[in-house]
Amino acid sequence: MREAASKKHYRKERIDRGIKARSDDIYALVSYKEMWYLLFPRLIPVAGLALAAFFLPLYWQKVLVTTCIFAMLAVSWDFLSSCGMLSLGQALFFGVGSYTAGALNHYLHLPIYVTIPVATLLGGVISTVILLPVIRLRGVYFAMVTLILPLMLMRLIEATKILGGTEGITGLSPFPHTWVEITFILAGMWAALFGLRRFIASDYGLIFVSIRDNDRATMASGINIYAFKAQALFIGSCICAFCGAFMTHLYMFTGMPVFAMEFSILPIAASAIGGMGTLAGPLLGAFILVPLSELLREFGSLRIVFYGLILVICVVGLPEGIFHYLSRKYNEMERWVEIE
Amino acid sequence: MSILEVKGITKTFGGVTALDSVSVDVEENSLLGIIGPNGSGKTTFVNIVTGFVSPDRGSVLFKGKELIGLPPYTVTNRGIGRAFQMVKPFFHLPAFKNLIVPLSSRRVKAFSGGGYGDKDAIALDILEEVGFERDSSVPYKTANVLPHGYLKRLELARLIALKADIFILDELFSGLSIAEVTSIIPVIEKLLQEGKTVIMVEHRLKELFRIAHKVIVLNYGKKIKEGPPKEILEDEEVKKAYLGVEV
Repeated sequence: MREAASKKHYRKERIDRGIKARSDDIYALVSYKEMWYLLFPRLIPVAGLALAAFFLPLYWQKVLVTTCIFAMLAVSWDFLSSCGMLSLGQALFFGVGSYTAGALNHYLHLPIYVTIPVATLLGGVISTVILLPVIRLRGVYFAMVTLILPLMLMRLIEATKILGGTEGITGLSPFPHTWVEITFILAGMWAALFGLRRFIASDYGLIFVSIRDNDRATMASGINIYAFKAQALFIGSCICAFCGAFMTHLYMFTGMPVFAMEFSILPIAASAIGGMGTLAGPLLGAFILVPLSELLREFGSLRIVFYGLILVICVVGLPEGIFHYLSRKYNEMERWVEIE
Repeated sequence: MSILEVKGITKTFGGVTALDSVSVDVEENSLLGIIGPNGSGKTTFVNIVTGFVSPDRGSVLFKGKELIGLPPYTVTNRGIGRAFQMVKPFFHLPAFKNLIVPLSSRRVKAFSGGGYGDKDAIALDILEEVGFERDSSVPYKTANVLPHGYLKRLELARLIALKADIFILDELFSGLSIAEVTSIIPVIEKLLQEGKTVIMVEHRLKELFRIAHKVIVLNYGKKIKEGPPKEILEDEEVKKAYLGVEV
């Protein structure tokens, strides 16, 4: 008996068992080891991308910047869909931000560090005001309106020849250096991702998720859902407008292509393969899809075939999304625990 | 004194008359039962009172003020809480976080003098009140894995969180076992003791008639009878329309 008692026994236990006190968002951390368990998956991508930016050749640095832009559009798309608004028109927010920055820079000669913040906020306000009349629409009806609006604005600019018409506005101020571009967009992207994740987990952010889950029950809880939807639209479109303003100064140009469909569709594809509802999933999806499309360039016109094929394989193979799969596997990791 | 006065509400959907000038007075601190066969307009009545549907004609006065034309969230903030027949929890949120939403409403804010207090603690207290075992994992589970009985309680908990004056319970007992119903009835009786007003739309007549003060019977959108439960049970017309005729 005594011998058995002195012998050490071990059993396998999930690492997160002790950490997750009761629910998914309440943690009880008692050691650095457990803090690392939570910090590790967040630190790796942040540090990894910062390091990668150093060692990448110039061409791939540019790809990185473009990827970050699409990743932010995807995060914004996922945020809006988490609030029950299915958007098929990220290009609207993107384009409005782009034209605002371009106009401020070209007509008012404002410097770059003024145009980007102003275009971010003003773009958010303009986009929200444009969509306010249809904020009561739900699901596919709302989606249809958002799909049509960027196309309408595009033709409006073409027909009225305002804001440079079909030529667009060229010769805008560039960023002083590639490093400024990279730092700027990386900081913006991580701020958007971690900020929104924190926001949505807060008591205030919870209300946005409840609207997606059931808007009638949210109304029956005494919440003015239209006010909350407007706020969500503003936050989501601010992020896209920031991307638009950034890209305008990156290419020193704004014009009708900023309302192109790819800015609306790619974020949705990224969300689908990355995993919706997590905000991090769409970001991951964008970091797979955009570099992939660059890699496939050498296939020429077959590029889109391979691209589509990979997309289908991802969606069929991992319908929950890559991020959901990874986070589940990470949570299922076990360690040996001593038992008395 | 009547807290809710419903006067002559009429609602047609296409060619179907869902409600035909129905009038009801609800006494403060009483329990009103609404019964009737399927399609008799019970849920439409609830939808109109809570602002989800606007009637063609008629008015709804709550504490003397008109409710028709107000959006559902304003009606709720005035003090009319509504539990849905088809449970509508926020599936992605843990049970206790479901209550954060009503606890964030203007009404609750006004009650607690601007501040909200510790919402999580308040939510857990309310859940315990309606029968979620506090020390188990049940209140922390996401709503999509909870059994039906708990979701029905969660609907009731939402109204308690709102500190509603009138609790409109649309078929709260449907789909519950007898044991579950008997455990919820004390909660409703406690609400009445606290001075609340309860309106129950119900098919479980035995349980309803035990606690109701007044019952109205709807049939094809018309109010065919109104009175205390005992009178309703003996009424010939009600028997024919709903309760069934003895052979």
